Amino acid sequence: MVALTNLAYLLSAVLFIFAFKGLAHPRTAVRGNQMGALGMLIAVVTTLFDKHILSFETIIGGVIVGGALGAILAIRVEMTAMPQLVALLNGFGGGASVFVAGAALLEAGVLSDAPPLQLAVATVLSGLIGSVTFWGSAVAFAKLQGIRWVTDLRFGGQHLINGLLLTAAIACAVPVIMDPTNVLFYWAVVAIAAVLGLLVVIPIGGADMPVVICLLNSYSGLAASMTGFALGNNGLIISGSLVGASGLILTKTMCKAMNRSMTNVLFGVMAGGVAADEDSVYAGKVKSTSPEEVAMLLDDVRRVVIVPGYGLAVSQAQHIVRDLTNLLEARGVVVEFGIHPVAGRMPGHMNVLLAEADIPYEKMIEMDAINPTMVETDVVIVIGANDVVNPSARTDPNSPIAGMPVIDVDKARTVIVVKRSLSPGFAGIPNPLFAAPNTLMLFGDGKKAMMDLVAAIKEG
Amino acid sequence: MEGLVAGITVFVLAIFVGFEVIQKVPPTLHTPLTSGSNAISGITMVGAIMSAGADDRMMTILGFVALVFATTNVVGGFLVTNRMLQMFKRKG
Repeated sequence: MVALTNLAYLLSAVLFIFAFKGLAHPRTAVRGNQMGALGMLIAVVTTLFDKHILSFETIIGGVIVGGALGAILAIRVEMTAMPQLVALLNGFGGGASVFVAGAALLEAGVLSDAPPLQLAVATVLSGLIGSVTFWGSAVAFAKLQGIRWVTDLRFGGQHLINGLLLTAAIACAVPVIMDPTNVLFYWAVVAIAAVLGLLVVIPIGGADMPVVICLLNSYSGLAASMTGFALGNNGLIISGSLVGASGLILTKTMCKAMNRSMTNVLFGVMAGGVAADEDSVYAGKVKSTSPEEVAMLLDDVRRVVIVPGYGLAVSQAQHIVRDLTNLLEARGVVVEFGIHPVAGRMPGHMNVLLAEADIPYEKMIEMDAINPTMVETDVVIVIGANDVVNPSARTDPNSPIAGMPVIDVDKARTVIVVKRSLSPGFAGIPNPLFAAPNTLMLFGDGKKAMMDLVAAIKEG
Repeated sequence: MEGLVAGITVFVLAIFVGFEVIQKVPPTLHTPLTSGSNAISGITMVGAIMSAGADDRMMTILGFVALVFATTNVVGGFLVTNRMLQMFKRKG
């Protein structure tokens, strides 16, 4: 029976691997996700046959409450709010690990077949990582949701305090490891880790959220893996480490796209360097334009590239951008989208918004592929993006963002920048693109400006 | 001891498999990848079910909380991933 159970968990793990494999292409991805769900179903049903399970009331209750909550969240969420939802779900994963590990300590032999030392060490790790994930995700959620009292709080000695907290958590872990019946010390570790999770994410700013989300995703996987060690269950170990690996890869990709190291992001510091003075960059050189003028400009073009940023999500401009695309394509213009890896608040955020507006994925081009085409592009329209199109990353070695890969929109014949004002982006530096001779600024809210532009094109 | 070594072996090998498979996911699908892998990390549901079904009052309570968290994670994660992937599939 035990062998059969373990084989079923192995089958689940294999299905999870197929789920990830399916995600290699949009055509196979839906099937992949279904295989993942099937794997989970097999794991859950197998567990229900476990001989230790004596009553089903609580199980049924928990599944109904959780299932309903999950379904409501998944069905009702706006695509623009996807980063918040993912942060929330990450946190729930971490929270589940904390409570399962806590339960495993209560009565050795019921939940876990692992030897006492392995049980204790893995449980403590599971509680530590899980609690950091839960509370870190809660802060990330609050920030992404724009809850006002959660600000980017920075104060002196933050790293010292975090270090002390970690030391305290380890100190509380020792009694548990010596004797797993010291359950109270386990909850002390969880409580200290909670404060640590809060403090680690609080100083991190909005544009660094993609990294935070990936990292918390990775942690939720690691916590599940540690719970697997605590229970002596290979199915949990495999699934958890797959998720851990996935989060880690994305974290690395995001850091590379910002030209920053992981420690740099986590400790909330920006690279040094001196930004050029705002006045000397913009003075008298910024040209403002109108929707009518842009419409005329678009009268006689062959190739247009649209570069979206977080502002697109904020103003919900994806649908009107689709209308603009259709309008231009009807006249034989080639329209493509250039997407920077860290545009938005989570990896792939822009792609999801564009897909929601029925823009086919073939038109969403990665930064490295779109950049060589810039010289032969007639018009680039930048909507709600700033730092990711800042040419000083390439040209000014003293700039704080020097060396960060950017989309080279300045190499196109004409650049239209749709933006509310000249205010700086997250890096807090001026953008010479706005003052470039081939740039026209279309000031205003992204959605409103696009609606005016579409109207002007239809009239013209 | 053998159990632990076997566990670590599985852990390390699975991380390598994860790296190999996930590196092939294109940036376009990074959001569904995050939410989908999220759902998979809800595998702790397995432990939560065992705990919720135990004969001990405290374990049942902890198990119930864990089960609500994990089930939300699993159901929400797979459903929302499906919703997004359907949008990518629609055209193209």
